[in-house]
Amino acid sequence: MAFLELKEVRKSFAQNVVVQNFDLAVERGEFVSFLGPSGCGKTTTLRMVAGFELPSSGSIKIEGKDITHLRPNQRNVGMVFQSYALFPNMTVAENVAFGLKVAKWQASEVGPRVEEMLNIIKLPHLATRYPYQLSGGQQQRVALARALAVKPQVLLLDEPLSALDAKIRISLREEIRSLQRKLGITTIYVTHDQEEALSMSDRVVVMNEGRVDQVGVPFEIYNQPKTRFVANFVGTLSVLNGRAVDGSRVEIAGQTVAIGRGLGNAAAGAECAIALRPEVATLEGFGGQGATMNSADRAERNRLTGAIDDVAFLGSVIRIKVRIGNDLLSLDTFNNPGVTPPERGTPATVSFSPADVLVLEGK
Amino acid sequence: MTRREKVNTMKQSRLGSWIALVIGTLYFVVPLVGTFEFSLRMRRGEYSLDAYRSVFADSNFQDSFLYSCGMALATIFIGVLIVVPTAYWVQLRLRKLRPVIEFITLLPLVIPAIVIVFGYLRLYNSSSMIPLTAEVWSTDLLLALSYVTLALPYMYRAVDTGLRAIDVRTLTEAAENLGAGWTTILFKVILPNVRSAILSGAFLTFAIVIGEFTMASLLNRPAFGPYLQLVGANRAYEPSALAVMAFVLTWACMGLINVFGRAKQTKHAG
Amino acid sequence: MTQLNNNPAAPPGVARLQFMQAAWAWVGVAPFLVFALMFLILPTLYLIVGGFQDPDGNFTLQNLFDLFQPSIMSAYWISIKVSGASAIVGAAIGFGLAYAVVLGGLPGWIRPTLMTFSGVASNFAGLPLAFAFLATLGRTGLVTVLLVKFFDFNIYATGFNLLSFWGLTLTYLYFQIPLMVLILTPALDGLKREWREASEILGASAFQYWVHVAFPILWPSILGCTLLLFANAFGAIATAYALTGSSLNIITILLYAQIRGDVLHNPNLGYALALGMIFITGLTNGLYIWLRGRSERWLR
Repeated sequence: MAFLELKEVRKSFAQNVVVQNFDLAVERGEFVSFLGPSGCGKTTTLRMVAGFELPSSGSIKIEGKDITHLRPNQRNVGMVFQSYALFPNMTVAENVAFGLKVAKWQASEVGPRVEEMLNIIKLPHLATRYPYQLSGGQQQRVALARALAVKPQVLLLDEPLSALDAKIRISLREEIRSLQRKLGITTIYVTHDQEEALSMSDRVVVMNEGRVDQVGVPFEIYNQPKTRFVANFVGTLSVLNGRAVDGSRVEIAGQTVAIGRGLGNAAAGAECAIALRPEVATLEGFGGQGATMNSADRAERNRLTGAIDDVAFLGSVIRIKVRIGNDLLSLDTFNNPGVTPPERGTPATVSFSPADVLVLEGK
Repeated sequence: MTRREKVNTMKQSRLGSWIALVIGTLYFVVPLVGTFEFSLRMRRGEYSLDAYRSVFADSNFQDSFLYSCGMALATIFIGVLIVVPTAYWVQLRLRKLRPVIEFITLLPLVIPAIVIVFGYLRLYNSSSMIPLTAEVWSTDLLLALSYVTLALPYMYRAVDTGLRAIDVRTLTEAAENLGAGWTTILFKVILPNVRSAILSGAFLTFAIVIGEFTMASLLNRPAFGPYLQLVGANRAYEPSALAVMAFVLTWACMGLINVFGRAKQTKHAG
Repeated sequence: MTQLNNNPAAPPGVARLQFMQAAWAWVGVAPFLVFALMFLILPTLYLIVGGFQDPDGNFTLQNLFDLFQPSIMSAYWISIKVSGASAIVGAAIGFGLAYAVVLGGLPGWIRPTLMTFSGVASNFAGLPLAFAFLATLGRTGLVTVLLVKFFDFNIYATGFNLLSFWGLTLTYLYFQIPLMVLILTPALDGLKREWREASEILGASAFQYWVHVAFPILWPSILGCTLLLFANAFGAIATAYALTGSSLNIITILLYAQIRGDVLHNPNLGYALALGMIFITGLTNGLYIWLRGRSERWLR
């Protein structure tokens, strides 16, 4: 039995359905992210787990116990907010101790627990400071310690890093994840940042317009997106439109492309779209992974010709856009100090393995 | 707690809010109703507007009311002349001086009006170096200036907020860049942009000045405040009629402030 | 001037230009400073200095000692009592109203209505307010009459008198409560929803949230606003004068009488009277500013 279970959870405000048919089973100690654009219902779902919103229908269970109608203060769930939400009238130590005091811990146990938590977040020296004297990153770490001090069964994080600078965001990301692993706490993490979701999570739930589009481990989500929305929202993707030739080939701008996974039962001549990640395509004659491949692999690769449309130098990576028919295909190649990037407008041939071609369903 | 219980507690807290609101409303409405009812009682045995008629027929009422209206206008005029350039200048050139100026503008809230006018009577009496109270016109001027001090905290805050909202510095620099002189900048650029702030301050000033008693009484000027005091001490029903009229007047001033405040907001939104 | 000092090596021409600019900058605020000096600061200073002088202009503390005679002390005391009572009761009720309107879950149209009404009521003071309360709670006032007629209850039989301490306090509440609503609402708006949620999910009840979080955050604002109400009532005179004539000897009425006719027979004692008032309102306002700074630091 799953540790945290959401069953057919639905939420509507007046006529507006914000979350529908949300099903999810989270295992003990698992780190699950809800990923999606703003307004997709991810925060509302999190707030239903926290108890701040009541589902219109469906149920939420922790360890088999139905908590759907419990008030937040009876749930034993920890939460970290985007705006930190530290109590401004209390010091760091008092903030962390708040939940313990409310839960009537022995005074002799509160002190050591607070100290322990401050050590875990590496801020023991700031115990007597007030929130307004801390940086955003420090405040969020204190908020994390405060949420974890009471040993909640589930930790909920609502876009905890969105208000922080890029650098702190990345370091805190790693800190949260390692802390979560160490404590083995079941965690739900809400974010609109795909990089955050992919790098931190055991599993990712991609949400769109109140629905779950796909649930899977980050590798799956990225490499085998189930819907066009997931494919577009997670990572960069070039979409090429064409027509099916048969069950395993597509014609794009007069050239034929083989598809490793097949087209399913698409009729010959039907419109269809394929998609490529920038890292799977290689520009022929310009280094990259194609150069190190053996000849058998090379022979199987698809080739599309077109013209260079744009070259963006990003430092370690060069992103090149190649125009093929009416569509643009983006590809990434590592910078090589010995090779000058191609000019705009020069003819180019792109190659990629049939196995790497994604076929998109839906519109 | 079950779902129903949760809903119940929410209803309870809302009930408390309604009770607070009803008590508050009663506290404010009952005296108004009482005053209005009382003002109609002048004729024995039936309700009439006699008290109002009596008030309007009193030439002292007209004279003192007009005098105070004139005072209010003079106060607003002098106040705008002093406050607007100062607030503008402080934002533009003398930002360091801002805390000092703000402190000064708040002083009238600290020093009671009666103390200020007491000081005037000592400093500017007819035997002093600046005998402002010696002549009628100069006493009137002193009264207007005393009202400017009373209105200073509200006036300055309204104008300062208005100026802050429009980024004075950039506007001025843009105007200078286009070759405008300082009169053009002040009258064509700055004033129109803080017009609603000035009007808000002006109506509030009007509401304060119109019934003011202490200053006018101690400076011995025939203003509306001392007139009200006189009527209050000698008549029975006219004071209620006057209170009703004063309330309507205050309401009108506040309503106008709201109208101008809102006009500005919608302009920003659109 | 500071510009000059920052640039010791600037050539004389430039320095002169900068000096002109600095001087010109001061010209802009000169009218205001002259006005403030003449009609705000000097008159007050005159009284303060006068409070420390005998009639011949020599320094003395005698006037301050003379303030401690019973008639003056009782005037201060009744002023402090009326201001304090109307401030505390006004703050409590005003808080209740502001709370109801900001956090009480009432329909949206009520808030702007109450705010506009508070704007009017907090400015409806002075003589008309006294008239209104006389017409309502005076011996023949509407409420007095109706209570006798329908409940056979004569409030004047209970010892109540509008021309007394409680009568004046009740009247002052008419502008104190709405003033509290106006100045406290921003502080209540400053309470973040996340604080309540964070406290709730950490296991706290609504009561614990108010005791440990909301009230500690709000109290500097509440106390500060109460002090402002106190100062507001302390300097008032017209309402009390019209209501009670000179039967209730509050300090402003005593000072008024002193200014009109030197009832204390000592002008310098009059100055000391004013000095005492400035001291009290200055103290309350100073405390208010300090408390406001404290709460702003938190709510930033």
